[in-house]
Amino acid sequence: MATRYMFLLYGDESGMADVTPEQWDQMLQAHNAWAESVQAAGATIVSGEALAPSTTSTTVRKTAGTPTVTDGPFAETKEALGGYYTIDCADLDQALALAHTCPIDVVEVRPVIAT
Amino acid sequence: MPEVVAAVEQAHREEWGRVLATVARLLDGDLATAEECTQEAFEQALRTWGERGIPRSPGAWLTTTARRRALDRVRREAALRTRLPDLVVDEVDDPEEEAAVDVDDRLRLVFTCCHPALAPESRTALTLRLVCGLTTDEIARAFLVPEPTMAARITRAKKKVTAAGIPYRVPSDDELPERLDGVLTVIHLAFTAGHTSPGPELVRADLVARALDLARVLAVLMPDEPEALGLLALLELTDARRAARVDEHGGLVLLEDQDRSLWDREALDRGDALVVRALRLTRPERPPGRFLLQACIAGAHSEAPSWEATDWRATVLLYDRLREVWPSPVVDVNRAVAVAFAEGPEQGLAELDAVADDPALRSWHYLPAARADLLRRLGRREEAAAAYRAALGLVSDGAERAFLRRRLGEVETP
Repeated sequence: MATRYMFLLYGDESGMADVTPEQWDQMLQAHNAWAESVQAAGATIVSGEALAPSTTSTTVRKTAGTPTVTDGPFAETKEALGGYYTIDCADLDQALALAHTCPIDVVEVRPVIAT
Repeated sequence: MPEVVAAVEQAHREEWGRVLATVARLLDGDLATAEECTQEAFEQALRTWGERGIPRSPGAWLTTTARRRALDRVRREAALRTRLPDLVVDEVDDPEEEAAVDVDDRLRLVFTCCHPALAPESRTALTLRLVCGLTTDEIARAFLVPEPTMAARITRAKKKVTAAGIPYRVPSDDELPERLDGVLTVIHLAFTAGHTSPGPELVRADLVARALDLARVLAVLMPDEPEALGLLALLELTDARRAARVDEHGGLVLLEDQDRSLWDREALDRGDALVVRALRLTRPERPPGRFLLQACIAGAHSEAPSWEATDWRATVLLYDRLREVWPSPVVDVNRAVAVAFAEGPEQGLAELDAVADDPALRSWHYLPAARADLLRRLGRREEAAAAYRAALGLVSDGAERAFLRRRLGEVETP
């Protein structure tokens, strides 16, 4: 029975503004090649998206009574969330092996709760 | 009935991990439920063995009972969910088949408890609870953590195993070296916690015994892994000195001052034999790892008739190899002490001072204590006293502290 995992992809965004179209193409190709290796390993990519930089993010917070809307992501971290995949894997070991080969420096692997 | 209680206690020490491992496989790696079923089987043993006598094979009786509990739960749940997965588990116990899978079961359990996705402190706690059967309270005391904190840590770890989908299996060959190192580290940590207990008693015999048991199981199950043999050798050689490590007042006796006739010769022989076996398994492309090298160093001490007669040059060379496979400031400090005896305290002191600034060593009392000892040998009493005071500031209580106080007193008296 497969478990669904979300791969949260983190990275340093500071260089992202200067990315050339060629570099962007290279990145897409790296991801496409990786996606093929994921299928070859017997796992299934359910979905995946790349996100615009966290400077474009807006957060609505409802913790302290009145909702507040703030500029930026919920938590300030050095590594910003830049994209995600959801992948059905056999188990955590397979998910971690795939995360190792994923062309992203920091990958958080979290199980998705079946609903 | 004291004989029933004794039999259950003995079975608990010897069979707990085995029973739990088998049940966990049946439950597809659900460790929390496996733990409950195992606990229930031991509780039932206390009642049933008192009424009907102690079974000839307590382990088999406990495994069968825990399995029944597990099957009952699975059936009940399946009925509740009206979903019947392939749970047609044969209840006919074939003892030979049981023995064959039993080996893998305990390995599976150990590797699952030591999975790298778990926090290091959780790995040790989970292993001691599930594989060794220590109570949460015992584990909490061993690591000086309040019991509720330890209970929460273990519960969280068990939940993560299930929720994150950590597989209940022995890793494949290509992952094995790294994962085995994780398991050996946990066993070594459990042993060290028992061997140098920070509490009032210097040695926690129960922890030491459980760690040794587990290392023995691993050495039997993985007879071709030099590091598994190396760890067991290291524990045997270290524990062999137990009787000589504490004086009649419970004070710490350093290796240097120990009465070597108190060392357990049989344990030393077992350790030496393991070192030889493990070294034969190493090859140029598969050099000895850190546990085997540490066992070699322990062996160099155990075969020396006295501290002075130790082959210090060989020891320094062993530390050099250890430093290659396991670079660590702790190894540097130990190497410096060996250098002090191979070449003289001044050389040793220079090596110590070269690594003294490492932030990883800042709260380790052994560094100032080692410095103090070398300064004392050089007759630099005031500096030695300052270093002993620094070491004392880093030790909370127990036999180590008493030892350092004694030494401080010696260098302070003119």
